Amino acid sequence: MAQETLLPSAAQVRFVAEDGTRADQHGDYVEPAEDRLKEAYRLMVLGRRFDVQATALTKQGRLAVYPSSAGQEACQVAAALVLEKKDWLFPTYRDSVALIARGLKPGEVLTLLRGDAHCGYNPAETRVAPQCTPLATQTLHAVGLAHALRRRGEDAVALALIGDGATSEGDFHEALNFAAVFKAPTVFFVQNNRYAISVPFEKQSAAPALAYKGIGYGMRSEQVDGNDAVAVLAVLGDAVRHAREGRGPVLVEAHTYRIDAHTNADDATRYRDAEEVAKWREADPLKRLETYLKARKTLQDHEIEQFHQDAETFAHTVRDTLNTEPELDPMSLFDHVYAEPTRQLAAQRAMVAAELEA
Amino acid sequence: MTTTMAQALNAALRDALKDDDRVLVFGEDVGALGGVFRITDGITADFGEDRCFDTPLAESGIVGFAVGMAMGGFRPVVEMQFDAFAYPAFEQITSHVAKLRNRTRGALSLPMVIRIPYAGGIGGVEHHCDSSEAYYTHTPGLRVVTPGTAQDAYDLLRDAIESPDPVIFLEPKCRYWSSENVTFTRSGPAMDRAVVRRQGKDVTLIAYGPMVATAMETAEAATAEGWDVEVVDLRSLSPFDDETVTASVRRTGRAVVIHEAAGFGGYGAEVVARVTEQCFHQLHAPVLRVTGLDIPYPAPKLERHQLPDVDRILDTIARLQWADTPVVAGA
Repeated sequence: MAQETLLPSAAQVRFVAEDGTRADQHGDYVEPAEDRLKEAYRLMVLGRRFDVQATALTKQGRLAVYPSSAGQEACQVAAALVLEKKDWLFPTYRDSVALIARGLKPGEVLTLLRGDAHCGYNPAETRVAPQCTPLATQTLHAVGLAHALRRRGEDAVALALIGDGATSEGDFHEALNFAAVFKAPTVFFVQNNRYAISVPFEKQSAAPALAYKGIGYGMRSEQVDGNDAVAVLAVLGDAVRHAREGRGPVLVEAHTYRIDAHTNADDATRYRDAEEVAKWREADPLKRLETYLKARKTLQDHEIEQFHQDAETFAHTVRDTLNTEPELDPMSLFDHVYAEPTRQLAAQRAMVAAELEA
Repeated sequence: MTTTMAQALNAALRDALKDDDRVLVFGEDVGALGGVFRITDGITADFGEDRCFDTPLAESGIVGFAVGMAMGGFRPVVEMQFDAFAYPAFEQITSHVAKLRNRTRGALSLPMVIRIPYAGGIGGVEHHCDSSEAYYTHTPGLRVVTPGTAQDAYDLLRDAIESPDPVIFLEPKCRYWSSENVTFTRSGPAMDRAVVRRQGKDVTLIAYGPMVATAMETAEAATAEGWDVEVVDLRSLSPFDDETVTASVRRTGRAVVIHEAAGFGGYGAEVVARVTEQCFHQLHAPVLRVTGLDIPYPAPKLERHQLPDVDRILDTIARLQWADTPVVAGA
C-alpha cells in the first residue's frame, strides 16, 4: 500500500532510552557508525559551549539578541552531519549550532545577531542560506533550489530547518506541496521544541504529531526522538538518502525541547513552570549520548575531557572574535541594493558621504 | 507588422526562451491553457514542459519556489494571474525577492521577473482590477516597470528578463488587445528610462501603463481647447527617470500626473513631490493629479466613474492657473 509508506512511525524512532541504555524502537533504521556517533558527540559538546558563550556575550551587550538552541543539540548537529558539502542547508535564526557543526566560523554565524550585517558568510560558497527570520519562507527557497540543482544534474539535497510554530505558516504547506508535486530532493526537518515563543505546542496544532502533515501532500514522513542523537542521525540520514536517490522529499519531525527562553529578551517563567523544564533537563541529549557511548566503550573518559577542553578553547575564540569590533563602512549601505546603483541611490550616497566629511 | 500587446509579450517570452536556456516560465495555467489572458499561448507546446510549466495554485509558493530556482542558476519568469491574487506572495516579494542580494552582500542575486496583469477597465469583478504598483515601488531592491504600448511590452519584457535585478512587470490588462506595428528587435531606450510620447509646449501629462493611451487621447482632444500637450510615458516606475520627466516639465511649466490607483498615498504623490522639488521655479501652477477615487475598486457597472478619462483630465488641465481661466476650486 503506497499510502502506508508515507505515514510516520506510530511512536518516535528511538535507539537510546532517556537513561542512556539501548532502546529498540527503530524499525528498519540502521544505527550510524561509531566514528560518526563520536563526531556527533564532539560537536554537541562544542555546540553547547558555543551556545552558553553566545548567551553570555548577549548579556554583556556584544550581541543584539541570541536565540538559544540549548537542549536541541542532537538535532542541530545531526542536521549538519547528514549533509555533504554539495548539499544546501536552510537555517532559521535558532540554528547557530547547526552552522557551527557545518564548519562555519563563530564570527560568520553571529554577524546577523551582532547586528553588523544581515548575513555573515557567503551562501554560494558555504551552501548555507542566510539565517531566516521570517517564518517558513525559506522552506520554499529550499524546494526551488533543490529542484534547480536536480535539473542541472547535481545529486544535491536541500535540508530546511523549521520550528513547530512555523508549521502553522502557509509557506510551510505550500513548500511541502511544491516539493511533493515536483519531487524536489528536499528534507524538511521540524524541530518541535514545544514552544513558539510562549505558545505551547498544544495551542499550535491539533495534529497527533506534525509528522502526520506529510501524508496529505503525498510525502514520506517520520517522527523521531529529537534528544536521541543516534536516532536523529539515523532518520535524517535516511531521509537525505531517500531525497538524493530521487525518490522524493521527506518530512521529519524531531520531538525535543527548548531549554532556554525564546531569546535573552524573553521571560519563560511567565508561561511555563520550572518542573516542566527540570523534567526536560533530565532528557538531556548530550548526557544521553555520553552514557550510551561510554557503556559501549566507544567513548573514553580522556576523550570526553579532551572534547571539553577543545570546546573551552573554542569558547575563547568566540569571545575574542566578538570582543573585536569590526569597522563598518556606512558607504556600504548603498552596495548590493541593485546590481548597479540607481541614479537616486548615487545621489543619496553622495549625501551621506558629504555628511561623513562634514 | 500589427501586433497586440498580448502577442508582443508572447513573442518576448519566446525570444527570451530561445536566447537563454536558463529562462523558465511558470505559474498557474500557463501551460496547456496558455494563461487566462493567453500570454503564454503555445509556449509549452513549442518549448516543452521543462521550459514552461503549470504549478500548484499558490502564489507565495510560486514566488518562493522561483527564489530557490534563481538561487540555483535559473532565470524564472513567473505569472501572477491577477493583481490582487499576487498579494499572498507579498512577503516573499518584499522580504526575500527584494532583499536577497543586499542580505548576502552580493553573494546571491535573483534575476527573476514577476509578471502581474494589473488595473481595471475590462469589466472584471472585484479583486481582478487592482492597481498595486505603489506596494512594489515602495520596496527598495525591486525594479518596477509597466509598458503602455505593444512595442514597449516586447522591449521591456526582454530587458526585464535580462536584468540582473528582480523585476515586477506590470501588464495593463485593458491594453492587451491594443495593437500597433511592433519590431522584434529592441530599439527603445533603456529599461529605466521614460520617453516623451508626444511633444507639446503647454503642459506635460505624466502617465504609465494603461493611462498612456488615455493621455495620448486627451492630448489630441486638448488641441480643440488650444492646449499643446506633451505626454511622458514613465515605463519604469522604479527607479524613476527624474531627468526625462523634469526636462519636460521645465519646458512646459505645467504638469498633471495620471494613474488609475487611488490617489491617497499613491505613486502620483511621489511624482508630484519630485517634480515640485526639482522644477519649482519653472512651474506656473501646482502639479495636479488625476487618479482613481480613494475607494475599493468598484463593481464593473460603475468602474467608468473610477477611471481617469479624457474629460476628467481635460478638466484638470483647465485648473492649471492659465492666464485666461479662473482657478477651479475642489479636490
